[in-house]
Amino acid sequence: MVLVEQSLNGLQFGLLLFLLAAGLTLVFGIMDFVNLAHGSLYMMGAYFAATFTAWTGSFILGVLLALGATLLLGIVLEFVALRHLYGRDHLDQVLATFGLILFFNDAVRLIWGPAGLALPLPAWLTVPVQIIPGVYYPAYRLSIIIVALAVAALLYVVVMRTKIGMLIRAGASNREMIGALGINIKLLFTLVFGLGAALAGLAGLMQAPILTVQIGMGENILILAFVIIVIGGIGSIRGAFLAAIFVGMIDTLGRAFLPDLLRMVLSSAAASTAAPALSSMLIYLLMAIVLVVRPEGLFPAAKR
Amino acid sequence: MKSQFNTSNVVVALVAAGLVVLPLYSQLTGNIFILTLFTRIIIFALAAASLNLIMGYGGMMSFGHAAYLGIGGYAVGILAFEGIGSGFIQWPVALAVSALYALVIGALSLRTRGVYFIMITLAFAQMAYYIASGMSRYGGDDGLTIYKRSTFGGLIDLSNRVQFYYLCLACLFGGIYLIWRIINSRFGLVVQGVRSNEQRMQAIGFHANRYRLVCFVISGTICGLAGALLANNTDFVSPAGMYWTRSGELMVMVVFGGMGSLFGPVIGTIFFLLLEELLSQFTEYWALIMGPLLLLIVLFARGGIMGLLGRFNRG
Amino acid sequence: MADPLLRVENLVRRFGGILATDNLSLDVIPGELHAIIGPNGAGKTTLISQLTGQLMPNSGTIHFGGRDVTALPSYRRSRLGLARSFQITSLLPDFTAADNVALAAQAHDGHSFRFWGNARKEKPLRDAAQAALTRVGLGARADVPVSELSHGEQRELELAVALATKPQLLLLDEPMAGLGVTESARMVALLKELRKEVTIVLVEHDMEAVFALADRITVLVYGRVIASGDPDAIRHNDEVKRAYLGDQHVVVAHG
Repeated sequence: MVLVEQSLNGLQFGLLLFLLAAGLTLVFGIMDFVNLAHGSLYMMGAYFAATFTAWTGSFILGVLLALGATLLLGIVLEFVALRHLYGRDHLDQVLATFGLILFFNDAVRLIWGPAGLALPLPAWLTVPVQIIPGVYYPAYRLSIIIVALAVAALLYVVVMRTKIGMLIRAGASNREMIGALGINIKLLFTLVFGLGAALAGLAGLMQAPILTVQIGMGENILILAFVIIVIGGIGSIRGAFLAAIFVGMIDTLGRAFLPDLLRMVLSSAAASTAAPALSSMLIYLLMAIVLVVRPEGLFPAAKR
Repeated sequence: MKSQFNTSNVVVALVAAGLVVLPLYSQLTGNIFILTLFTRIIIFALAAASLNLIMGYGGMMSFGHAAYLGIGGYAVGILAFEGIGSGFIQWPVALAVSALYALVIGALSLRTRGVYFIMITLAFAQMAYYIASGMSRYGGDDGLTIYKRSTFGGLIDLSNRVQFYYLCLACLFGGIYLIWRIINSRFGLVVQGVRSNEQRMQAIGFHANRYRLVCFVISGTICGLAGALLANNTDFVSPAGMYWTRSGELMVMVVFGGMGSLFGPVIGTIFFLLLEELLSQFTEYWALIMGPLLLLIVLFARGGIMGLLGRFNRG
Repeated sequence: MADPLLRVENLVRRFGGILATDNLSLDVIPGELHAIIGPNGAGKTTLISQLTGQLMPNSGTIHFGGRDVTALPSYRRSRLGLARSFQITSLLPDFTAADNVALAAQAHDGHSFRFWGNARKEKPLRDAAQAALTRVGLGARADVPVSELSHGEQRELELAVALATKPQLLLLDEPMAGLGVTESARMVALLKELRKEVTIVLVEHDMEAVFALADRITVLVYGRVIASGDPDAIRHNDEVKRAYLGDQHVVVAHG
């Protein structure tokens, strides 16, 4: 029973991670741009949702407004600052977007204050749902899984089946080519960046009711998204998806069951000391193993 | 190498001299604050100088350098907590553990290049952060207070502000001298050659990654020393001190000063920390200004302060 | 015939579905200048990269000085005495000409884990560098940064760098690429001198240079050897005429 529930939690966390990593890897793949501030967009999505929900009194309306706002913020950000960084050193991009993180964190502190916000769920999302006989699962977490899967499927269709998707894939595997095709690259870039921002915002606002909405919430999860990209292979959406589910599962199940497993081999005291550190290390160890075995990631994008 | 009396050399000499006489000024004016502030600046300058060795000369963009500050600090803190107060034990342990960590992380991270390298060093440093948070015996999230600074058998008293300041300054100057010798040595030329054109270096017979790794370890070890100093300065170590934003700040200090310039990280650190101090006196929300400023500097002043001075000199 | 210095047997390299090197065998005898020619896309650079270890073959073997080097990485092969120049100039742009060569001399010397002494003040390294620079006619340009050298000078520096590793075999990938008439003539004169001292494998498009310099010529088409022999034999080989020189008969006139 617990295993089913924790596995679903792992799946749900993995899907959220995928939404974040997908935007990151798309932006990197097509624009060769590393965006540390991607985590800030995740945070802004959550803050927008909390605020708009409070204003409108409707969770759904709040969420929709927040999605639009994050998309808009992403586009403005790209237009004002980030497009000047394409083609620059990765170091330049890292530093500039690091500056943006500092900015966003303090801007949020100024506007919403240092204490976190709560995003309360409507009553119909708080009830447990019976998924298999005898096993109940929170409706909200279930809806996260459904929404995220739907978005992942939509993303798959867009990337694999549409003209824009073809350009995105072409761009990810051969950047010069899209230039040669005479496409309006600036527009395409802005579009992809906005899409990435909206995905990050969606991940943030969906996570918001489960954890508190707080400053810096995007940073830890951004690093997890990096780990996923390293494991999955840069520029590969499929890789990001599989690695995200994998990491979400390992992290969640590790935290849930590692203490008990350790207790079987260690003394109870030693186990409860070692377990928290070890379970937080788990995915990094996984990354280390992947680096040793396949430095280019498990599912690298098609070779150039 | 060209003229000894160019602008940047004069600035460097003035700054170095200023750092040497600063305790005198503090003593005369009774301004203790400036002494504590600059002790902190000097320690971070040492950390930034160590990062500059791999970033500026080795071309390795490590986003995980704060981990060494934490490791060096925790080595001192944990040993002190367990009753071993002698710096003759604490400090070598701090250096050794930092070196070992750098060896393992470097060997793994150097299997990749570019953005991957940035992400991976960042991720491993985050792992170190979580490990520190998980050490419940040593304070976990809350960190570990160090009740007694490292002792050196009466040779030097670290609780004495001025003595500690000069110890830190000696470490900084010593570290920079060491780095200067290294970058001009056979080893240093190979490392810089690998940064410039790896394929060429392999073709004339150098196993590029071996040199990169050794350089990475040297850098981590020096930064571990800065960590030991920092722990003594604050009498405290905590996971927060090795959070990834700290690594980002170290990178910013290096870039502010000018990557690949020997004294640049010192200038960059002074600039960054003084600016932070100044801004936080005006407003609690200093990062609202620092963040966009960083963006502007990246966009418009790529060579850092030393680069600007160099340009002034040539033009 | 003397034992070959370099022996390539049944080398195969694929890129996706394309056979870039198709069961290729080749011997290089000590002291000869062995030219490899072929139309664009014949797989010449692919071959050189496999010889130096930048690229690994799918199958086949490479012996150098009697030793199987097929699996050795490039830095190990370089230490055994195999040096290359690159088709597209590949130097350390922010270093001076002398630094570039001195690093090669240092690589040959084999002691690079020295952290203290100033390497730029080591006389043996500097002398070796100066000698190699003088050898290629760059003696006066030693302290000029590479980025400020002309294209022709950079090609010469490539050679000096390769020479400074004291190679037994020099693999030159289109040393004349992009050179003007006078520069090419200088390069040919230089290679004529060098061939007296070291075995050379020369990949080159400039037919005039090839026929003037080579002891033996191997012709590659689509990754396969279609002919190998002395310049006269190659010039009169029917298959070569058909497959390669046929559509570039203008070039034959030079020979």
